[in-house]
Amino acid sequence: MRRGYFGSFGGMFVPELLVPPLTELEEAVVRIVPDKKFEQDMDRICREFVGRPTPVYHCRNLSRELGFELFLKREDLAHTGAHKINNTVGQALLARHMGKTCLLAETGAGQHGVATATAAAMLGMDCIVFMGALDVERQSINVHRMELMGARVEPVQSGTRTLKDAINAALRHWIAHQQDTHYCLGSAVGPHPFPLLVRRLQSVIGRESRDQMLELSGSLPDMVVACVGGGSNAIGIFHPFVQDRQVQLVGVEAGGSGNPGDYHSATLSMGSPGVLHGTHTFLLQTAEGQIMPSHSVAPGLDYPGVGPEHSFLKDSGRARYAVVHDHEALQAFRLLSRKEGIIPALESAHALAWATSGKERIKPGSRVLINLSGRGDKDLDIVRGQMSHVGDGVSDV
Amino acid sequence: MHHDNILTSKIQGAVSSGRKALIPFVTAGFPSREAFWDVILELDGEGADIIEIGVPFSDPVADGPVVENASIRSLEQGINLDWILEGLSEHRRSLQAGIVLMGYFNPFLQYGMQRLARHGKETGVNGLIIPDLILEEAQPYLELLQEHGPAYIPLVGLNTAAERLQDYARLHPPFVYLVSVMGITGTRAGGDQVLRDKLAQVQETFDCPVALGFGLSSRDQLEHIIDLVDAVVVGSALLTHLDEGKSPGQFMRSWLV
Ligand SMILES: Cc1ncc(COP(=O)(O)O)c(C=O)c1O
Repeated sequence: MRRGYFGSFGGMFVPELLVPPLTELEEAVVRIVPDKKFEQDMDRICREFVGRPTPVYHCRNLSRELGFELFLKREDLAHTGAHKINNTVGQALLARHMGKTCLLAETGAGQHGVATATAAAMLGMDCIVFMGALDVERQSINVHRMELMGARVEPVQSGTRTLKDAINAALRHWIAHQQDTHYCLGSAVGPHPFPLLVRRLQSVIGRESRDQMLELSGSLPDMVVACVGGGSNAIGIFHPFVQDRQVQLVGVEAGGSGNPGDYHSATLSMGSPGVLHGTHTFLLQTAEGQIMPSHSVAPGLDYPGVGPEHSFLKDSGRARYAVVHDHEALQAFRLLSRKEGIIPALESAHALAWATSGKERIKPGSRVLINLSGRGDKDLDIVRGQMSHVGDGVSDV
Repeated sequence: MHHDNILTSKIQGAVSSGRKALIPFVTAGFPSREAFWDVILELDGEGADIIEIGVPFSDPVADGPVVENASIRSLEQGINLDWILEGLSEHRRSLQAGIVLMGYFNPFLQYGMQRLARHGKETGVNGLIIPDLILEEAQPYLELLQEHGPAYIPLVGLNTAAERLQDYARLHPPFVYLVSVMGITGTRAGGDQVLRDKLAQVQETFDCPVALGFGLSSRDQLEHIIDLVDAVVVGSALLTHLDEGKSPGQFMRSWLV
């Protein structure tokens, strides 16, 4: 297999000027990450700063109503309220071992930007975050959070002024500042070695879950379900289960409104292979290879590409990928809040909705583990704005 | 083998007549769909040795705001590879210059590399510059391009290591393109000793002419390195010039002195 490839997906499609920093990073991943000292530092940071291990929670109320056993991996309880922090503290620590003094990040809704700013502050590094100008307007609270922690937020005015343009801007900035800056990419996307590095750092989710399920229920789950934006929380929980062939892996993509012609983010389900942001993977694109705008009610799923390993898992059939629409995610959002006292991120609500909406026939008694990738406090404004369209979906489970 | 390529002979022709080859870059469909081919014909008539036609892409990561905006405008006017190749098949016979397409990989990939090689050759495209198709990723297409299609032209940078330069040199391209800045197109070039040293190393490593580009906006910038350069690529500065409504000829004359 070619370097940095998952089957025919992946690779390193970048300007030649980015080859040296990517090669430097690749070497650092091999040399530093397995090192005892790095492992000890990571362990301590995960325990004392991030709050790991996060628990697996058995949803007794919903399980009774649904007829199958519903378990949640509680990444919403990690510091900053989402799994994103697992990746940023790991990359920040690696960057410091590499002698870099500045962390560079892109962010869409601001979750990854906040998680990067957090890691930078904790390790005493500088931080610069590129964010689409449109997102800066929509997510002012997260801009404020980042600035509180000392990050500089750069609004991006080009293109669609959203996440994909923020990634372009970050890559451009990295070309000019590679000497002292590490690009802390926010998902399992981008050129080699990012998809492997991010998987490595997020796999803590799946490793913990596997042990916790064995302890809680005496066996592995029948299904592991996660939402897929770029695919980092999903690959993080999938990876340690890939060898367990009896465990079904289900990735859930955002279908947007579901109205014909409307933009969506169901890259694997409705896109086609191409090259964007340094990697060969499924994309939302025109027949001529221009990248299309994406949309989802969940800001963190709003991306026209997807991590290359998911393209491979789809192609090989080891995982399957389903689509959930905005209104189903909103219903699941209310359902979990009301029945279990847990307000999920709208991203995570997509994974939940796949299991709870009743569209999917899940065998009674099966054990379904869902990655609750984040908490939903950040989404209250969006939900308040949307709920009026959806009606009351709480009582009819 | 590369000496057969018109791109090599164009640059060598300029050099042997005591000047630097000039390679203007214009995004296809710029400044407008209607005016584009007249701009190309005028650049050609005014002595351009090679013309780079930019193939628009929605996400041009190696480009600054000027080229990106030109790309967006071009997409809004419905410019695509078919339009470019059709235009070439109509105008190529009237053009003296070598023709190079510069664009990101995805539009080429979706068009089909086989098809691109065939149609490119038929319409007189002599070379391809694909900023996000580095050596390793170009490997599957090199034979195809070598045997049938336009030539693969490598881009190298100030931070490209000696061994990597050698890897690229072994492809025997018609010319090699050195990016003059650690940045994107339109970044103002610094022009220091680092650039001079890298130019010397690239000249040493490759057996083909060396073109310098990215961030060149006036001849004065080249003063202390001009002896090491065979060809000069000018993009953002030309687009800005055209956008101000000024003529391609005026631009060429300011560079061809
Ligand atoms: C809570 C949460 N879940 C999921 C995602 C989607 O990202 P990924 O697919 O990389 O896990 C995000 C992105 O911001 C997020 O904030």
